[in-house]
Amino acid sequence: MTKGIQLPALKSAPSAPAAIPPAAPAPAGGSAATFDVRQLNVWFGSHQVLRGVSLEIRPKAVTAIIGPSGCGKSTFLRVLNRMHDLVPGARVEGRITLFGEDLYARDVDATLVRRRVGMVFQKSNPFPTMSVAENVTVGLRLNGMREKGLIQERMERSLRMAALWEEVKDRLNANALSLSGGQQQRLCIARALAIEPEVLLMDEPASALDPLATAKIEELILQLKQDYTIVIVTHNMQQAARISGQTAFFYLGELVEFDQTIRIFTHPRQKQTEDYVTGRFG
Amino acid sequence: MNHWYHRWRKLKSSGVSGLCLLCALAVMTPLALVFFHLLKAGASSLDLAFLTQLPTPPAEPGGGMANAIVGSATLLGLAGLVGIPVGVLGGIYLSEFGARRRNWAVRFAADILNGTPSIVWGIVVYALVVGYSAYAAGLALGFMMIPLIIRATEEMMALVPNSYREAAFALGIPHWRIVLNIVLKTAGKGIITGILLAAARVTGETAPLLFTAFGNDLWNRNLSQPIEALPLKIFNYALSPYDDRHRQAWAGALVLIIFVLALNIGVRVMTRGRAPRLAR
Repeated sequence: MTKGIQLPALKSAPSAPAAIPPAAPAPAGGSAATFDVRQLNVWFGSHQVLRGVSLEIRPKAVTAIIGPSGCGKSTFLRVLNRMHDLVPGARVEGRITLFGEDLYARDVDATLVRRRVGMVFQKSNPFPTMSVAENVTVGLRLNGMREKGLIQERMERSLRMAALWEEVKDRLNANALSLSGGQQQRLCIARALAIEPEVLLMDEPASALDPLATAKIEELILQLKQDYTIVIVTHNMQQAARISGQTAFFYLGELVEFDQTIRIFTHPRQKQTEDYVTGRFG
Repeated sequence: MNHWYHRWRKLKSSGVSGLCLLCALAVMTPLALVFFHLLKAGASSLDLAFLTQLPTPPAEPGGGMANAIVGSATLLGLAGLVGIPVGVLGGIYLSEFGARRRNWAVRFAADILNGTPSIVWGIVVYALVVGYSAYAAGLALGFMMIPLIIRATEEMMALVPNSYREAAFALGIPHWRIVLNIVLKTAGKGIITGILLAAARVTGETAPLLFTAFGNDLWNRNLSQPIEALPLKIFNYALSPYDDRHRQAWAGALVLIIFVLALNIGVRVMTRGRAPRLAR
C-alpha cells in the first residue's frame, strides 16, 4: 500500500487510474473512491485548521466544498495535493489515500503527487514571461518531456479540453497576459490538464470572473467531469448546486455534513448546514 | 473657511512644494557640474591616440591610456567572475531556500560587507594574495560586488508573486527548476540591472587597486602581473607635475564617467516599462 507513488508515464497516452487497486467503496453509487480521507487533522504551527475530517471523494464526479471564510476549505484542498507541505509549520495527521495509495507515506514524493493531482487557483496565474503555448506546455517541458511533436499535440488537446483552442489558436505565441481574465483562467486549467493529472482541484476558480466567464468555467467543469475527478471550493452556493454531485459543508475546521448536493440544499440533516445554505449566517 | 486662511494655506503648500523642487534640482546640479567640467577639461585631450596608444615616458607629451582602458575592462571581467556567481546564487538562496535565522545572519553580513571601506578590501586582498596582480585586483573588486548583487537578486526575486511559485509547484515541477525557469526568469531583468549597477559602482574604485593592480605602464600580458586601470592612472597622473599628464587625467575621468553613464542608461532602457508587470 505504501510503496510510493508511481509517476504516470508522462510520455504515454492518458494515464490509467484503473491500473491502481480500488479503495473502499464510496457512500453512494458503489464505485471506488478517488480520495479516501480518514480522521484528518491539520495544523499551522499550533493553530489547528482541520479537525477529524473523514470523507470519500468519488471518481469522475464534482465534489463541492462549501463553508464560510476561514473554515478550512482551502486547506483541505491543499492537503489533497500536498501543497500544504510548502507552508512553514504545516503539519498533517490522519490518512489520505489516492486510489488506495497513502499520500503521506514516508517514501512518497510530494512532487509526484502534484503531478497526479492538478490544481487551479482563485486568481489566474499564467506565467508572465511565457506565451500562451508555453504556459500550457510548461508542466511537460519542465518535467523533462523532450518530444516536440508530442508536446505540440498535448498543447492543442489541453486547450481544446479547456474550451480555449478556438479563441487562442491564432495567437499561441502572444504573451499569456494579453488574454482576458476568463481566458487566463481557462489557460490555467489547460496548463493543469496538460500533464494529465487524475484529479483536478479548484480553489474558487470563478470567484474573480464576471458572470459570463463564470458560466464558461462551469460549463467546462461539467465537461471535464466525464474524465476527471474534480474537487471544487466555492463561496457561491448556486454554483455548488449547479455543478456538483456531492457537497461537503465545513465549519470551523470540522466537516459538518457531506451528502448528495441535492440533499444538502433541500433536506440538510444539520441545523448549521441549513442556516448556511439558506444564507442565515456565513 | 475664511478667505485669508485659505490663501495662507495655499501659500504654505506652494512654498513647501517649491522647496522640494529645489532640493530635487540640487541632486542634479553636482552631476551637471562634474560632467560639464570634465567635458571642458578633458574633451580636448580625448582623441584617437588617447584611446589607442600606450603612455609615453614622463615629461614626453602625447601617448594615451589604451592599456588602462583595457585593464579596467579586464578587471571588471575578473570581478564579475567572482561577484556575479556568488552574488546571484547567494541571492537565490536568501530568497528561495534559506531558513529565517540563517538568512538574517547572511543579510547582516552582506550589509556589513557593503559598508566596508574599499581601502580595506585593498589591503586585505593584498595580504591574502600576496603581491600585485590583476587577479588580486579582480578579487578585491569582486568582493565589493558580492553584497550589492546578493541584495539586488534577493529583492528582485522577492518581488516575483508567490502565485507563480504555487502554480509551478502544483504542476509537480521540481523546486530547482521552478527557481531556475520561473522565478529567475521573471526576475531576470531586475537582476541584470543589479549586476550592471554593481559593475558601474566598482569600475571607478581606486583604493582597492592601489595594493593589488598597482599600475603598469605597458600592456598586461599575464594576469598574475600588475595591471593598469583607469582610476589608478587618473590618480597617478593627477599627482604628477606635468601639465600634459593633468590633461590626460581629465580625459581619463571623462572616459570613466561616460562609461558609468552608459551603464546607467543601459539599465534605464532595459527596465523601461518592466516594473509594472513585476509589481502586478
